[in-house]
Amino acid sequence: MFLSEAASSGPEFFYLVPLVVLIPVIGLLINIIFGKWMGEKAVGWIASAAAGLAFLVAVLLGYSLIGHPEGAVVPLAEWISIGEFNVAWAFQVDTLSVTMMLVVAGVGALIHIYSIGYMHDDVRFNNDPGRYRRFFVYMNLFIAAMMILVSADNYLMLFVGWEGVGLCSYLLIGFWFEKGEDGIGNALAAKKAFVTNRIGDFGLMIAIFIIFWAFGSLNFEEVFAQTSQVAETVILAITLLMLVGVAGKSAQIPLYVWLPDAMAGPTPVSALIHAATMVTAGVYLITRSFPLYNSAPQAQFIVAMVGGLTAFFAATIAVGQFDIKKVLAYSTISQLGFMVAAVGIGAYAAGMFHLVTHAFFKALLFLGAGSVILGIEHSHHHLEHGEHEGEGGGEFDPQDMRNMGGLRTRMKTTFWVYIIGSLALIGIFPFAGFWSKDEILLEQQMLDPPVYGLLLAAAILTAFYMGRQVLMVFFGKPRSEATAHAKENRAIITFPLILLAFFSAIGGILNLPRIHTFTDWLEHTVTTIHPVEFSFLTAVVASIVALSGLVFAWFIYDRRYKKQQELPAEKRPDDPLRQIFGPIFTALENKWWVDELYWVLFINPYIKFSYFLADVIDWRFWHDWFHDSVIVRSYNGLARFLSGPFDLGVIDGIANGLGKVTVRFAGSLRMIQTGFVRNYALSVFLGVVIIIGYLILR
Amino acid sequence: MPVISYFILSAILFTIGALGVLIRRNAIVIFMSVELMLNAANLAFVAFSRLYDTLSGQVFVFFVITVAAAEVAVGLALIVAIFRTKQSIDVDDMSSLKR
Repeated sequence: MFLSEAASSGPEFFYLVPLVVLIPVIGLLINIIFGKWMGEKAVGWIASAAAGLAFLVAVLLGYSLIGHPEGAVVPLAEWISIGEFNVAWAFQVDTLSVTMMLVVAGVGALIHIYSIGYMHDDVRFNNDPGRYRRFFVYMNLFIAAMMILVSADNYLMLFVGWEGVGLCSYLLIGFWFEKGEDGIGNALAAKKAFVTNRIGDFGLMIAIFIIFWAFGSLNFEEVFAQTSQVAETVILAITLLMLVGVAGKSAQIPLYVWLPDAMAGPTPVSALIHAATMVTAGVYLITRSFPLYNSAPQAQFIVAMVGGLTAFFAATIAVGQFDIKKVLAYSTISQLGFMVAAVGIGAYAAGMFHLVTHAFFKALLFLGAGSVILGIEHSHHHLEHGEHEGEGGGEFDPQDMRNMGGLRTRMKTTFWVYIIGSLALIGIFPFAGFWSKDEILLEQQMLDPPVYGLLLAAAILTAFYMGRQVLMVFFGKPRSEATAHAKENRAIITFPLILLAFFSAIGGILNLPRIHTFTDWLEHTVTTIHPVEFSFLTAVVASIVALSGLVFAWFIYDRRYKKQQELPAEKRPDDPLRQIFGPIFTALENKWWVDELYWVLFINPYIKFSYFLADVIDWRFWHDWFHDSVIVRSYNGLARFLSGPFDLGVIDGIANGLGKVTVRFAGSLRMIQTGFVRNYALSVFLGVVIIIGYLILR
Repeated sequence: MPVISYFILSAILFTIGALGVLIRRNAIVIFMSVELMLNAANLAFVAFSRLYDTLSGQVFVFFVITVAAAEVAVGLALIVAIFRTKQSIDVDDMSSLKR
C-alpha cells in the first residue's frame, strides 16, 4: 500500500503521546483560570479545541503506527520505585490504545462542539448560566482521564484513569445536582453511579493486587510475558475479579443499574461518557488483558455469558421505557453486552470493532435525542412565555416519548440522522452496526451457540425498541403542544450530528469482510485474533431478525397506534404493548423491578446493618454502655477510691501521723523544760561532771 | 601542813557552793554560792601554784578575782532589777519563759 510505504519511511510521532493527556489538561486549566473573563463562546471553543488537538495527536500517532505497527512505550516519569518493583508514568502507543484514543478524542471533539450549542440553552433553561464553564472543565477533565486510562502501560496508571473517568462521570451525572426528583434526584443518581462503580472498582483493585502478588509487576508487557508461569487458578481469580470491575464500569449484570440513572446528566454527557467512551473501558480492559483471559477459559465462558445475558436482559427493558434517553441507556447496556460477549469468546477484533461503530451511532443517537429534547424544550418555554403563566412548567417532561410524535416534518435534519443512527444500531446493511454486529454474531455462532441465541434475541429486541422509539418520536401526530411547535436546532447542534451520521453510515468500511483492515490493525497488538470468513447465512439471519423486529414495531406502533388514537382519551392506553402483554409490559416498564430487588436484597439490609452498627453497636454498646458505663463508671470509681480512702486515708494519714508523732515527741520533750533555773544548773552540773568524768576515766 | 589539805578544803568549798546553787532558792544566796565556788577554784589554783612552784596559778587567781568583781556588779544589778519587777528574788518565780 502506498500509505504504509510513505508512513514507514516517514517520521515517527510516538514521542507526542503525552500530549493527548496534556492538551485537555491545558484546556481545562485555561478555562478554570481565565474562563471567568472569557465569553461563553471562547470557553466552549477552547474546550473543543483541546479535544480536537488531542484527536490530531491521536491521528499522528495512528499515522506513525501504519509504518511502525509494533508501537512504542514512551516513558514520561518515574512514579513508584520500591526495590525491584517499578511503576512508571509511561504511555503505551500501539494499535489498540490508539484506536481508543481516536474514538475518545474524535467523538469527544464532536460532542464538545455540540455542547457549545446544547449547553448554551441548557444552562438557561436551568437558570444558571454560570455553570456553562464548569461543564467544559469537567468534559476536558474526562478526556484527560480517559486518555490516561487507554494510554497506560501498566495496571496502576490504568487504574488512575479508571478512577478519573469515574469521578468525571459522577460530577457530570450530578451536574444539575439540585434538580431532579424532590430536588435530590440527580444527586442520588450520581451517588448511585459512584457507589455501584466503587463495587466494581473494588474487584478491579483486588485483581491488581493479585497481579502484583503473582507477577511482581504491574507492567502489561512483563505481566503478559509471565502468564504461562502462573497457576491457572490465580489467573482465573484475576480475570474474574477484573470482570467485576468491567461489570461496574461497562454496566453489565449485575452492576448495570447505575447507567439508566446516569441519564440525569446533560445529554452530551450521556452521549460521550455513558454511551461512546467511558462505559467501553471495560471492553478495552478485557481486550488489553487478552493473554490473561486466553489462559483462563472458564473466565472467558463467564464473561461471554454475562455479556450475552446483559445484552438480552437490557434489551427487554428498553422495550418498556418511555423516557427517550432511558431507552437509549438500556440500548447502550445491551450493546455493551454484545461487546463483552465478543471479547469473552476471544473475538477481540469483533468486540473492539463494535466498540468503535457503537461509539459513532450511539453518540449520534444520544445527541439526536438531545436535539429532540432541546427542540421540544425550546417550544415549551416559548409557549409558556406566550401564555405568560402557562400550565405550570414543572409537570411537562420533554424527555417523555408519550409527549412526542410527528417530529419527522418539524426537525428534518435530526430525523434523518436519527434514522441513520437507528439503522446502524439495528444492524441494517450497509450501515456500520451491520458489519460489527455481524462479526460478533458470526464468532458467537462458531464458538458459543447459547450466547449466540441470546444475542440473536437481543438483536430482534433491538430492532423492535428502536423502531418503537423512532415511530413514537418522529411519526404519527404530535401528542403535546410543545412538540407540535418544535423547530430544528441551530447548525452548531446539527453539524456534529451530520458528521456522526456520516461515520455511522460508512463505519463498516473499517473492517469489511475479506479485507479486514481493522483486524489486521489490531492484530499487531492483540496477537491472538484472526480474521474470520464472512458467512452469508449469518448475515442473512441477522438481517432477517433485524427486519422482523422492525416490521413488528411498525405493525404495533404505526398501525395499532393510529387505531388507538381514535379511541376516547380515557380508554386509550399510553402504549399499545400494554394492551397486548399487560403485566409483562408493566414488568418491563418497571425494569423487572431489579432496582427494587436490589433494595430488598442488598441496600435495605445494608442500611439496616448500618443502623445496627450506628445505633446498637456504636451508640448503645460503645457509647452508652462501654463509654458511659464501663469507662466513666470505672473512672469515677477509681477517682472516688483515690480521693476517698486513699487520699484521705493513706496520704492524709501519713501527713497527720507525722504531725501527731512530732506533737507527742515535742510534748515529752517539753517536760524537760521546767523553767526552774536550778534544774538547768543541775543539768549543766551533771553534764560537766559527766564530761570531766569521761576525760579522767577514759 | 601538807598541800593535800588545801585541795580537800577547796573541794569541800566547791561542793558546798555547788549544792548551794542547786538547792537554795534565794538569788542572793545562790549568788554567794557561786562566789564560794569561784573562791574554791582560786584556792586550788594557789595550792597548785605552790605545789609546782610556778606563778601562773597565782596570776590566774588575779584574773578570776577581777572577773568575779565584775560579775558581782552585773549580778547584783540583775537581782535588783528582778526584785523591782517581781517583788521577789526567789529563782523559782523567774520562770516566765515557761508559760
